Amino acid sequence: MNFEFTEEQLMIQQAARDYAQRELVLDVIERDNNSIYPTKHVKALAELGFMGMMVSPEYDGAGMDTVSYVLAMEELSKVDGSTSVIMSVNNSLVCYGIETFGTEEQKQKYLRPLARGEKIGAFLLSEPEAGSDATSQKTTAEDKGDHYLVNGTKNWITNGNTASVYLVIAQTYPEKGHKGINVLIVDRHSAGISVGPHEDKMGMRSSDTHSVMFTDVIVPKENRIGEDGFGFKFAMKTLEGGRIGIASQALGFASGALERSIKYAQERKAFGKELAKHQSVAFKIAQMAIEVENARNLCLKAAWLKDQGKPYGYASAMAKYYAAEIAMKVTTEAVQIHGGYGYVKEYHVERLMREAKLTQIYEGTSEIQLIVISRELLHVH
Amino acid sequence: MNIFVCISNVPDTTTRIKFKPGNKEVDFTGVQWIINPWDELALTRAIELKESNPADVTKITVITVGKADAEPTMRKALASGADEAIRIDAAPEDAYTTAVQIAEALKNESFHLVLCGVESSDYNSWSVGGMLAELLDVPSVSAVSSLNIENSKPVVTREVDGGKQTLSTSTPAVLIVQKGIAIIPRIPSMRGIMTARTKPLKVVQGVSTEPLTKIVDFQAPPQKSSCKMIDPEHLDELPELLHKEARVI
Ligand SMILES: Cc1cc2nc3c(=O)[nH]c(=O)nc-3n(C[C@H](O)[C@H](O)[C@H](O)COP(=O)(O)OP(=O)(O)OC[C@H]3O[C@@H](n4cnc5c(N)ncnc54)[C@H](O)[C@@H]3O)c2cc1C
Repeated sequence: MNFEFTEEQLMIQQAARDYAQRELVLDVIERDNNSIYPTKHVKALAELGFMGMMVSPEYDGAGMDTVSYVLAMEELSKVDGSTSVIMSVNNSLVCYGIETFGTEEQKQKYLRPLARGEKIGAFLLSEPEAGSDATSQKTTAEDKGDHYLVNGTKNWITNGNTASVYLVIAQTYPEKGHKGINVLIVDRHSAGISVGPHEDKMGMRSSDTHSVMFTDVIVPKENRIGEDGFGFKFAMKTLEGGRIGIASQALGFASGALERSIKYAQERKAFGKELAKHQSVAFKIAQMAIEVENARNLCLKAAWLKDQGKPYGYASAMAKYYAAEIAMKVTTEAVQIHGGYGYVKEYHVERLMREAKLTQIYEGTSEIQLIVISRELLHVH
Repeated sequence: MNIFVCISNVPDTTTRIKFKPGNKEVDFTGVQWIINPWDELALTRAIELKESNPADVTKITVITVGKADAEPTMRKALASGADEAIRIDAAPEDAYTTAVQIAEALKNESFHLVLCGVESSDYNSWSVGGMLAELLDVPSVSAVSSLNIENSKPVVTREVDGGKQTLSTSTPAVLIVQKGIAIIPRIPSMRGIMTARTKPLKVVQGVSTEPLTKIVDFQAPPQKSSCKMIDPEHLDELPELLHKEARVI
């Protein structure tokens, strides 16, 4: 057992912290208010190597481990969830999916620019009527011999407009249920794709979430990842790792809110003494710190298991469930500690609270994580 | 041109400073160490110059006086873009011993420019750069706020009362740099972090030297008042203060 980080891991954590505290923070409120996509930050983070940080250097990634990824996601999310979710989708869903299951040609053509962050990817699973129940895919990928013909609508797609590479989950053999589903790499600029308007969201307002419509979109056969019918398994496997990213994001919201609360409680005075000297505030902060620490340990354990090549689906579901739940709780308490100041945008904690809510919903709702965890324990499938 | 950048390993600037009993020594337990912010800017400028004039700047070496616990900070400098690092294995006792150690180590190196931060954020002595130039017997320029290389010669701007002065200097020289030398400190990239371990970090023995000063006593500054008044004529200072001091934007 060893709780020490390596020097490299600490450097990555520091680099992410420096970028977040020096750069992201400067325009985060304005971007949130006006739903402005963080173009320059995505470019800068790509240059620093964050957009493909876990991809092997062989494919132009940085070759860092998942523990480093947790540390980086936490630091960036303390300040800006919109930017960190762009990074999370690109790294743990799109790059990971292609690197782990793609062909050599797919890696050369798509993974390299994605790992360099020159191109951004999106993961298209959810549909208007298929969210938690991802098996009931209505989007179809008809097998036309040398190509697939894709039709249907995907909903809530992060990077929906800015991405140039889509990973699309679609049904090829409806009679086979989830075993008939495929995953295709689709060029966003293919004929027949149209992107819906930017969703006007509660939080993560600076990330671009869109619905994407496919009408007779031709996708070459060689763009299918894995065997015929591998799509659903692909999605589930990829999401197992994605959950480490979102869990770390939730952790960042909580630890960011905690840091701000500690600072505020030491500065703000009420009834002649600092808030920190009122025991009910001090205890609240202690409680928040315990929850943050627990969430961090769960995230790091899931990451460690993944780095060791051991099964991590159960651990990542636990990390995601717990981190998302406490993120909601800790950010709400942070607003409370800040009083009226917490309710206005300048103090950042209300944004963290709005953003925390999403971590209980996407990449599998909290209820879905409980299903994953309980099935594992009770052996019901 | 070989550029040496002196790096001081200092506590993170947000550290709450505590003293050991007797108030003669700082209690460093639990402190996070960073590159002195002025040195970080100096290093950033050296890296920018190397990137834009690879023919003029051949090598950047970072140099520190410190024990082994200063090595993570040196590797961070390597990760940021320095080519080599030298750690002089000695405790930096005061400005004089630090300057002596660096001067002695530099006598074995070929250098053209030595960049020193104007001060270090821990002991604020403001003196290493000037002493170092004297000990090396080379010219020095203080309060340098910009550095360029023109026709293979360093051209610097320095702050003078109410204005700026542009100088060119022969090499070797010591430049004592302040804010403005670079704007945003370089954040190491993943590639830089990965290659930092493969770059040379040389450890050299320190020489024996006696400090000229002795710390008698430390006193914590009085508690900062929570309210700062700004002259209505100088409202433009407000964003800077909110950013740098209050750290709320
Ligand atoms: C901002 C944003 C970005 C997103 N980005 C992406 C993306 O990039 N790619 C992508 O594919 N999707 C994305 N999503 C979609 C997201 O993953 C889904 O919204 C999520 O999976 C939930 O699906 P749903 O909205 O259809 O809710 P539903 O599945 O309809 O669930 C509604 C409620 O019922 C509960 N519920 C459902 N089934 C059960 C059950 N069996 N037992 C107990 N409770 C249950 C849920 O937990 C939830 O509380 C994003 C969503 C948002 C809001």
